Amino acid sequence: MAAVIEGKGGFRAWLNKRLPVDQFVEDQLTGYYAPKNFNVWYFFGSLALLMFVMQIVTGIFITMHYKPGELTAFNSVEYLRREVPYGWLLQYMHAVGASFFFIVVYLHMVRAMLYGSYKAPRELLWVIGMLIYLALMAEAFMGYVLPWGNMSYWGAQVIINIFGTIPGIGPDLVEWIRGDYGLADATLNRFFSLHVIALPFLIALLIALHLVALRQVGSNNPDGIEIKEKLGPDGKPLDGIPFHPYYTLKDIVGVGLFLTLFAIVVFFVPTFGGLFLEAPNFEPANPTSTPEHIAPVWYFTPYYAILRAVPDQRLGALLMALSVAAFLFLPWLDRAKNKSIRYRGIASKLLLGAFFVSFALLMWLGLKPADPIYVLLARIGTVVYFGFFILLPFVSKADGNGPVPDRVTYHAH
Amino acid sequence: MRIKNFVWVGAAVSLLAGTGVFAAEGGHASWQRAADNEVTNLPSLQRGARNFLNYCSGCHSLKFIRYSRVATDLKITDEQRDAYLVRPGDKFSDYINTSLPEKDAIEWFGKAPPDLSLVTRSRGSDWVFNFLTTFYADPANLQTGVNNLQLPGTAMPHVLASLQGVQSARKVTVEQPGPDGKPIKVEQFEKFEPGIVGSLTPEQYDEFARDTVNFLQYVGDPSQVERQSLGLWVVLFLLMFTAIAWMLKAEYWKDVR
Repeated sequence: MAAVIEGKGGFRAWLNKRLPVDQFVEDQLTGYYAPKNFNVWYFFGSLALLMFVMQIVTGIFITMHYKPGELTAFNSVEYLRREVPYGWLLQYMHAVGASFFFIVVYLHMVRAMLYGSYKAPRELLWVIGMLIYLALMAEAFMGYVLPWGNMSYWGAQVIINIFGTIPGIGPDLVEWIRGDYGLADATLNRFFSLHVIALPFLIALLIALHLVALRQVGSNNPDGIEIKEKLGPDGKPLDGIPFHPYYTLKDIVGVGLFLTLFAIVVFFVPTFGGLFLEAPNFEPANPTSTPEHIAPVWYFTPYYAILRAVPDQRLGALLMALSVAAFLFLPWLDRAKNKSIRYRGIASKLLLGAFFVSFALLMWLGLKPADPIYVLLARIGTVVYFGFFILLPFVSKADGNGPVPDRVTYHAH
Repeated sequence: MRIKNFVWVGAAVSLLAGTGVFAAEGGHASWQRAADNEVTNLPSLQRGARNFLNYCSGCHSLKFIRYSRVATDLKITDEQRDAYLVRPGDKFSDYINTSLPEKDAIEWFGKAPPDLSLVTRSRGSDWVFNFLTTFYADPANLQTGVNNLQLPGTAMPHVLASLQGVQSARKVTVEQPGPDGKPIKVEQFEKFEPGIVGSLTPEQYDEFARDTVNFLQYVGDPSQVERQSLGLWVVLFLLMFTAIAWMLKAEYWKDVR
């Protein structure tokens, strides 16, 4: 490659002597071999990156009009929606974008769990991904507070108070987070700072690390077998194809389909029946008027349901923290020889299926008021949720060792 | 069903959960009706604007929208705008504020009448429609002499009584299981009966309320009509883009065996 560049004259050679552009493209795109048997689940990585870029770009323009502060925040968002040309489009893209970002990230995680993509040698790749997810949750929570609507206010009240249940330091910690004795102007301004500077930087850094780690170990695939173990005479994986042009073009198809769905929501149902933008948030924050029932946005509700399922508040908060943290340990809890669910037994399939169902159930319950029947269901859901992590080491060891094919399954179309 | 499919179903359920098959639902009482307003119906919006400025704006503001924006969007000419829309003392570029001082309002009604710019977004259009149509005579209320089914104990007097009249509500006492399981007696609304007659028939009054709600829905999100017509083109473009991208992908992937 280097010889080719030296042979050429002109700007490109001048540039490459100073900045390894061609080398980078060769290493990362045209010379990077990915398994050829990716299915639809493999769209969500590139789509998550797309959503990150979209949130940054719309966020830059929204920040030009948004005014943090308890007297100005709500009005400035309405001003953006009504008086800034296409401000409504920016605001809806950003707000709906947050929900779509989480849809994509959740499906990306489902993919990793289906095909064992967190297993060796990809443990760090998974852990870095989970750190992105955690940072994203903080980013989304703070972003939801910024419009300073009534649900922003009361949702923040509930979530910040969870930290107050930590023994000893709890009350002081809550005051430190808020920067005041109550949820107020100081809180809003620091959340703004963290939302537009600190967390986006952190997420960008983590995404970079995630990609570097991915290139180091290579992508997993639906069969969960390593393509690097079957090399052709040219030293390239027999079941691999260059990322560019094959997967760049395929991902663009995914982007087209995804943006079509995204546009349908943004232009026709931006509040999505109160799920993406909650109705009480169209009233300004009012410390004297609590919304009928406080529910976080849908992407937090599984954890919220677990919090409410436990009668003791402190224990509930602990269990909630544990339910998020549990994902970090998946690479070591899964003791199967095979990665993909395709080559595991019935017990593994049922266990994973039960986990997905419990996650969806808890998500739904977190949106509901805490009626006795819903609390009972949430307790069942919580048991199944943690049951998955507890049983996984035993079930995976017992039935995850069957024969796997030599080469990936691929049917040309 | 094969077990393999079970995992897929689980994943699909998670997806559906995420994309919200379960939008927030709420119980509906027998007297609650849908507003059935159409925000693309221009004459209805114009009538609604007239209704609002004649009957509501004395106490309620629309502080997030300007007269000029309403006039432009509702295709009201400059002459009509200045003659009928802009309240005396205001400029056409002003936000639609009320002349009622907040201090007086609190003294008279116990609380300041809320700004209504976003009422259809926080409460819903049906809620506002039902609020406007379910005032009834209630002698127990010494302040206003009326009550409301949608917002019991509302501080708002029935300012539309000259149009609707004042209906009376027939209530029946029914037994319901209480929180401890024992039956308790509760008063339940049964039906409205005509009382003092207003200048409009019930059908005309419903139309009046529907137009007003329609206007408020427009005010809640003034770009909604433009948004939907633009959205159609965006979606069409993206579908074409996807089709072309798919053909390009298929051409390249022919080589992959």
